[in-house]
Amino acid sequence: MLRHFATVRRLLIALPVAAIAVTAFSGWAGAVAVERVVSKGGIEAWFVRDTSVPLISVQFSFRGGAALDPIDKTGLANLTASLLDEGAGELDSHAFQERLQNLSIQLNFDADYESFGGSMKTLNRNRDEAVRLLRLALTKPRFDAPDVERMTGEIVAGIKQRSSRPGYLAQRVWQQAIFPKHPYGRPVTGSETSLKAVTQADLKGFVKSHLGKDRLLVGVAGDITKDELGALLDAAFGDLPAKAAAGNIPDAEPAALGYTFLLSRQVPQSVAVFGLPGLKRSDPDFYAAFVMNHILGGGSFSSWLYEEVREKRGLAYSIYSYLQARRGAPFWMGSVATANAGMAKSVDLIRSQVQKMHDEGVSDEQLENAKLFLNGSFPLRFTSTDRVASILVHMRFYNLGIDYLDRRVGLIGSVTKADIARVAKRFLDPKKLTFAVVGQPDGLTGTEKAPEIEG
Amino acid sequence: MGVSIRCAALAASLCLLAVTAPARAAVFSPESFTLENGLQVIVIPNHRTPVVNHTIYYRVGAMDEPPAKSGLAHFLEHLMFKGTESLKPGEFSAIVARNGGQENAFTSQDYTGYFQTVAVDRLAKMMEIEADRMTGLVLTSEAIEPERGVVLEERRSRTDSNPSAKLREQANAALFMNHPYRIPIIGWEHEIRALTREDMMAFYRTWYAPNNAVLVLSGDITAATARPLVEKYYGKIPARTLPSRPVWKEPPQTADRRITLKHREVRQETWSRRMLAPSYATGPAEDTYALQVLAEILGGGSTSRLYRSLAVEHKTAARIGAWYDPDSRGPGTFGFYGSPRAGYKVDEIEALVEAEVAKLLKEGVTEAEVAQAIQRLRDAAVFARDSIDAPSRILGSALATGRTIEDVETWPDRVGRVTVEAVNKAARSLLVGKGAVTAILLPEETS
Repeated sequence: MLRHFATVRRLLIALPVAAIAVTAFSGWAGAVAVERVVSKGGIEAWFVRDTSVPLISVQFSFRGGAALDPIDKTGLANLTASLLDEGAGELDSHAFQERLQNLSIQLNFDADYESFGGSMKTLNRNRDEAVRLLRLALTKPRFDAPDVERMTGEIVAGIKQRSSRPGYLAQRVWQQAIFPKHPYGRPVTGSETSLKAVTQADLKGFVKSHLGKDRLLVGVAGDITKDELGALLDAAFGDLPAKAAAGNIPDAEPAALGYTFLLSRQVPQSVAVFGLPGLKRSDPDFYAAFVMNHILGGGSFSSWLYEEVREKRGLAYSIYSYLQARRGAPFWMGSVATANAGMAKSVDLIRSQVQKMHDEGVSDEQLENAKLFLNGSFPLRFTSTDRVASILVHMRFYNLGIDYLDRRVGLIGSVTKADIARVAKRFLDPKKLTFAVVGQPDGLTGTEKAPEIEG
Repeated sequence: MGVSIRCAALAASLCLLAVTAPARAAVFSPESFTLENGLQVIVIPNHRTPVVNHTIYYRVGAMDEPPAKSGLAHFLEHLMFKGTESLKPGEFSAIVARNGGQENAFTSQDYTGYFQTVAVDRLAKMMEIEADRMTGLVLTSEAIEPERGVVLEERRSRTDSNPSAKLREQANAALFMNHPYRIPIIGWEHEIRALTREDMMAFYRTWYAPNNAVLVLSGDITAATARPLVEKYYGKIPARTLPSRPVWKEPPQTADRRITLKHREVRQETWSRRMLAPSYATGPAEDTYALQVLAEILGGGSTSRLYRSLAVEHKTAARIGAWYDPDSRGPGTFGFYGSPRAGYKVDEIEALVEAEVAKLLKEGVTEAEVAQAIQRLRDAAVFARDSIDAPSRILGSALATGRTIEDVETWPDRVGRVTVEAVNKAARSLLVGKGAVTAILLPEETS
């Protein structure tokens, strides 16, 4: 198995939320019909019926998430997510897990900064029990002490394991330097110390105050009728409280821009995380920024950064950028890994390409090619029920509208060179470009000492 | 679910890799045909969206490299994007992108693959350019040298900057004493640096041929519509005479080996143990199915024996699981892995895993355990149908490693016939009296 995973020509770039929905498709509108289903109890889901395989994927998200963790209990949302399927109602952890496993029910929860999410995928023959387990997990999780201790132990081990990787450390340095006082500066997982402070009461409190119907967004794809889905929604989510009591994520002001933070580590290859403030998902210029980013660093084989850093000079295997559309502090972000001897050159090239985009914008041909890819590749995202369900939740999370799939081509297609020039001037400010570098890069001096990071 | 999810995910991916069929036989119901030049074509219809995955597998991988040329198969894979007699360097990818396609390539010990996923009306163009680079590759030093840098950076990212991966590379070299699987796919750095244009071209001309390839089409297409296109673009490529391949076998492994990596960046200890096991290619066949059931019972997720014992009852492990990979041209592998919770040591993980193995060998598995494991494995085959990529990967890798469509399609039936006795017999044969490699990762200051 390890052999099979070993080598791929490029990373399939793990794109942030923005990328999921931000591609469009051509000549294809209507192939996927999104329907709105509202249950008798008032739970709304966006739904795509697909009878190819006798199963369904249900995905959901509660607005809020890890950015609302108390500062001394960072990691609370993530720990809660790890525990919801570890026993609920009359079923202890073992009994609950045994049912999931023996019925091949895939039930998962996760926390991001801005949402607490979950997914349930089941064969139709086990659907009733899957829905019952989902309801129990959301409304009657047990949080038995040995299970809390066990999942805490797993999370802490995971943090320690990741912290041997320069890429993880660079991400941490970046967060800590840019957001020293905001939850965005702390890892979603929390740390060994902050997790120790979490009590069973905190976990129960999280469920009660965060998982309300008013924050719930559901997307469903698969082999089920609308009537059946209505009943499913009430059975799964009907017992949740009408309103969540949790607060809202505060806006975050970046604390330090334009610097290079350097954390020295004896590793053969330096890793840099870089970025500057970007645009909100709701910004009218978002699509121009999205197309611009595709040309600058988003296109996996064709971007300026890819061409200059990898293709021409062989300075990196992985180089990419993306739009990180967080509500509290949207950013344009990127990452590169280069041998210590070449990292200073990679950093120079990234700076010069950002400057070039800021000063000159893009050519007609570059714009045309980007649109062809972004519109042409959109249908590729609809090849499994979980991918479809996740796009539906994404559309709701960013208020894109139920007709978004039909409007997508036009939103991308109408971006002009002038739009990109304007948006590049507006936010792609080279003076704000900030780097967090981990390694021993020759000839690259940090302008600032890297902040202390924990975990 | 933190770690237990990862265990479950690992097990699931193994099922998917190893498996293929749905509950009543016929998992993917593929169609197939073979061109006169020997190109084998598999079509897996799935009409959910007007999209198709077009993948070509060459039956050549890292294990086929000449001596002292490690990394050659993978380096060549990178260079296959660098132009042909009719396409300039980079033009291949530019065409795929302009057609809204996603593409990539991969190299394993056993095979090398190239794929594009596109709207089905763009398939002909993909075939045209993929067929073109089966024979038309042009390599210049201007293309090779920057890409050598890329490959070395890839090695640094994947292996040299990752203590777990460094240890895995060493453990693998210890596990295979004779088989070329001992050499990492990406290659040893000093050999990557020494590979020449002539090495690349010789390897390419030897192995890239229609009669050494499997073409897999998965998505909104049927054999009837695919066949004229395949004939048009791939049919004109002549077959090559393929060299005979060495028959590699491992000698008996009689000694246990322990390797330890102490590394300054490590903060979490880990433990693993791996051993040679039957593969589909080496057999015995009945053991390969029984061992999939065994791996599920021992280490498949949070209700497995190992997780129950080490993570739940003894509270020793933060991560614990088992894997089995029978899907290869050479020997298969079976293994265990674990990480201790804070306050525990790898020695305690090892002792408890050994205790569970001893118990299994003494008492055997139960009827209920076998029945449940079989059900989960068979269900995984149904889940595998919910995408166009997984069926392509499962059938493609099976055919590229010497299996047949029927092997894949009958997988659920064969797994379904596994008995308690078969599992116990396969477990004894695997776990008693043979050498294994134990690999331990420790922080530098620990001694």
